[in-house]
Amino acid sequence: MSVTTDPATVRLEGPSPAMAVALDIAKRSVWLAPVAILLSAAGWGIDGVLSTLYAIGIVVVNFLLAGWLLQVTGRISAAAMGAGAMFGFLLRLGLIFLAVLLVKDAGWLELVPFGITLIATHLVLLFWELRHISSSLAFPGLKPGETPNPYLPENQEPA
Amino acid sequence: MSALTNAAAEILAQVPAEATADEAKAIAGASGAGMAYGLAAIGPGIGIGYLVGQAVQAMARQPESAGQVQTTMFLGIAFTEALALIGFVVFILLKFV
Repeated sequence: MSVTTDPATVRLEGPSPAMAVALDIAKRSVWLAPVAILLSAAGWGIDGVLSTLYAIGIVVVNFLLAGWLLQVTGRISAAAMGAGAMFGFLLRLGLIFLAVLLVKDAGWLELVPFGITLIATHLVLLFWELRHISSSLAFPGLKPGETPNPYLPENQEPA
Repeated sequence: MSALTNAAAEILAQVPAEATADEAKAIAGASGAGMAYGLAAIGPGIGIGYLVGQAVQAMARQPESAGQVQTTMFLGIAFTEALALIGFVVFILLKFV
């Protein structure tokens, strides 16, 4: 028989795995950005590059905001984290809408590369991040970094 | 399905009789874009609600695995949100292009 605790009392203390994953995604976007920029420059020129950079910025801020919301609300309670996740979805959709509304009449905005980058970057970053997720009890967020094997001869300290 | 057909018919009925073909196209495009965005946000909304509900339940049952559940929940939300983003991109392409 399982015992269910009150979701209002379960809290996530310490570093948030969601924020760690979001920061890791943001780091990976630095590697992905040049590829996206080259592709959009080939198709749409400098306007395409600016639109692509804007779309990558939106995607990264969206991930960071999602992770931060889970971190902040998770320290209150699991129930608050649930509410934060659901209202966060609405909030972030609204912010993305606002971000596009602000620049829709700008001369440099090319909507086609912007839209393609928005979807492709989001999905590529997520699938890439899946390779670096541990999600075990010992490492609930990212996989631990590689540590040198002490039994290999090249890693042994001279006596 | 018939509700969607009725909605589309209502949208077309709002186009003024004196509107030119371009104006009628713009009105129908804007209405269709709004509908596309709204409908595209419903599915992910339900998905995220279900996902988060189950995750909170899992955390309440096993508080020691809350970190693990949070990671899975974060990725689940992000994948589900991709559907809403696709709807949003269709919206901006229909509305502004």
